Amino acid sequence: MSTQQAEPESQEAPDDPAMNGAESPAADEQTGGGMVDDHAEKRAELEGETVHIKVFRYDPEVEGKQEPRFDDFHVPFEKGMTVLDAVMYARDEYDSSLTFRHSCRQAVCGSDAFFVNGKQRLGCKTQISDLEQPVRIEPLPHQEVVKDLVVDMDHFYDQMHTVEPYFQDEDTPATEDLEEQRQTPENREKIKMSSRCIWCGACMSSCNIAAGDNEYLGPAAINKAYKFAMDDREDEQIKEHRLRILEQEHGVWRCQTQFSCTEVCPKDIPLTEHIQELKREAVKKNLKFW
Amino acid sequence: MSQSYNRGLVEDFGRWKEFSAGMWAWIFHKFTGWVLIGYLFTHIAVLSTSIDGAQGKTTMVGGEELNVYTATLQGLEGLFLIRLLEVGLLAVAVFHILNGLRLLMVDLGVGLEAQDKSFYASLILTGAITVASVPTFLTGVTI
Repeated sequence: MSTQQAEPESQEAPDDPAMNGAESPAADEQTGGGMVDDHAEKRAELEGETVHIKVFRYDPEVEGKQEPRFDDFHVPFEKGMTVLDAVMYARDEYDSSLTFRHSCRQAVCGSDAFFVNGKQRLGCKTQISDLEQPVRIEPLPHQEVVKDLVVDMDHFYDQMHTVEPYFQDEDTPATEDLEEQRQTPENREKIKMSSRCIWCGACMSSCNIAAGDNEYLGPAAINKAYKFAMDDREDEQIKEHRLRILEQEHGVWRCQTQFSCTEVCPKDIPLTEHIQELKREAVKKNLKFW
Repeated sequence: MSQSYNRGLVEDFGRWKEFSAGMWAWIFHKFTGWVLIGYLFTHIAVLSTSIDGAQGKTTMVGGEELNVYTATLQGLEGLFLIRLLEVGLLAVAVFHILNGLRLLMVDLGVGLEAQDKSFYASLILTGAITVASVPTFLTGVTI
């Protein structure tokens, strides 16, 4: 999209206004409801302008790129342009060696979490017009950089798997007795937000505690555990097993309620709330009145 | 999650302008907590003069014979700096109490979506109480 748009701009100027005119009614219909006046103003300011982005560059395998640096790109602005669109344009038009992960471009796959202007954000979900320029785009902090904006996610995935993120049953019934396991609407509602996680790693990267404690499960993994621990369909023993993992020293108790994870989560999951609830569950489990 | 090279200040105090409410609340709570612990020790030092005082020890202050404990307290209270520090101590204690209540609510899972507002509220309330305390703390002291 971005490449098609930019070329005619430089070739024939008169075409541009007509194109914008034809484009805007349709776009307004799509986004009309959610748009705030403030955004519209900022967008109007940027119309026909270029956006200045500063992108972190580092490549350990190429001589001369081993020293981390920032590259400046001036990308032609286009209505609805996201941070991801901008770096894609920079890659396609200016420097094909610019490396970053992306896939779905609609905040579902969770590949393109970057550190944009000092905050962990999803590139495809962040409007460039909402940001102050120059837009500084860096790889996620507290994770090792593989190349440019690509970070090593292994540790994050390890933590996710630690909490056994899959449905478990004490004993699976015989094949002929297998049946659909239904969940009550109330219970579904309870775990709804926690099930929205897309494993982007923004929360883990924003967490001060996770940065200093490699063993800490981190917000994403605890949220994943919450999803299963709160699911009524699992047996009581399995819930207890889950809480035993969570209540350990580097589990829920590391959380210091700084709310950083909740602030950055692109899917608006109330992570701190979930961690706090599991803390209470862990206490309740160990309280005995005898 | 270690870094193989220096990427500059990332989520460090150098980026304090980008900290969110929850982070500031955490930093202030830690800071005020340490100040209060520090105060406890100076408090013990001053209070310990009451042992000598109870044993009837006296000291000469301005040609007047005073009980050691009374003399210590009056001497300290006569200092402008001490009065100023008392205002500071009150501010620190009030914030720690208010934010402590906020953290209690957070632990109980009450109003987590308003955690930033409750932080600002505790800041404002702390400011108001501190300002209101100034006449009480600073009257009758000569600089």
